[in-house]
Amino acid sequence: MKFLRMRPGYGEQLIAEGDPAIAEDEQRLVEEFRRQLDGGMWAAIPTSAPDGRREAEMVHAFEDIPQDTSRVIFFPRAAGGAR
Amino acid sequence: MTVALCATTIVVLALLWEVAMPWIDRRVEARRARRERRAAGAAPYDPGRERRAEQRARELLKSCVNEEEWGMYRDLGFLRVWGGQSRPQGARELQGVDYAYLVYPHKPIVAYLPQTGQLLNEYCVEFPDEARPYGTPRLPDSDDVLAKWMALKGDERRLISEANLHLPGRQVDTRQVQRDLWRLGRWERERLARASREASERSSRRAETADG
Repeated sequence: MKFLRMRPGYGEQLIAEGDPAIAEDEQRLVEEFRRQLDGGMWAAIPTSAPDGRREAEMVHAFEDIPQDTSRVIFFPRAAGGAR
Repeated sequence: MTVALCATTIVVLALLWEVAMPWIDRRVEARRARRERRAAGAAPYDPGRERRAEQRARELLKSCVNEEEWGMYRDLGFLRVWGGQSRPQGARELQGVDYAYLVYPHKPIVAYLPQTGQLLNEYCVEFPDEARPYGTPRLPDSDDVLAKWMALKGDERRLISEANLHLPGRQVDTRQVQRDLWRLGRWERERLARASREASERSSRRAETADG
């Protein structure tokens, strides 16, 4: 599983990678997930339906991430734009 | 004569001062901002870096959306996202979709009725990265579009509740949106025609192979 983070002037950046089936990796991923959310990020998982449709799921806790997920994308939380 | 000349000179100088002041203010402000950015250790603007960032962002977007959506963004510069897809009940079919959004990079999301083309609202929303790794909180264009796409698909209600709601035309020119809807319609018709042409060519090739 890869954690990617969108960054200004960079595009996406790999911030963590590991196999959640391995306890050590899982711990590292959980900590990184919490750090990102505490830092004001939103997390989403892009998914593919069998009919080819692409969707995305927002995740709020590490436990919500499906086992077979290959990547989680973090991006800054939304804020209201120009008033 | 001399008095008139002096008076004219004074008036001309006063007018020039009035015209030049805003320009001088802007220059001074820009110089001060540059100095502050340098003092804060922020990297100066680098067009090459921004281009590479945008290229990476495009690849990420391409890997997340489907072929049709990628083609739409590549050819038209925006995405259409159907509304009401992230209902808690999980209603994911497009039957009965009665509104949609146009997602532009770094512009408000525009909601409209696909049946009539009527524009409903502008949702002004940004994804500012306050870490400002290169002095700016702005994501690359394609990352901004992907963030909006994921947030609309994943939790439409949450995104819309964070946005500032305005009537159409506040930031995005309504004529431009109408033109974009017309371009989108034409693009979809051409895409359908191409797909049906390719399908008939494939079937005729299969028929020839079977005969041969």
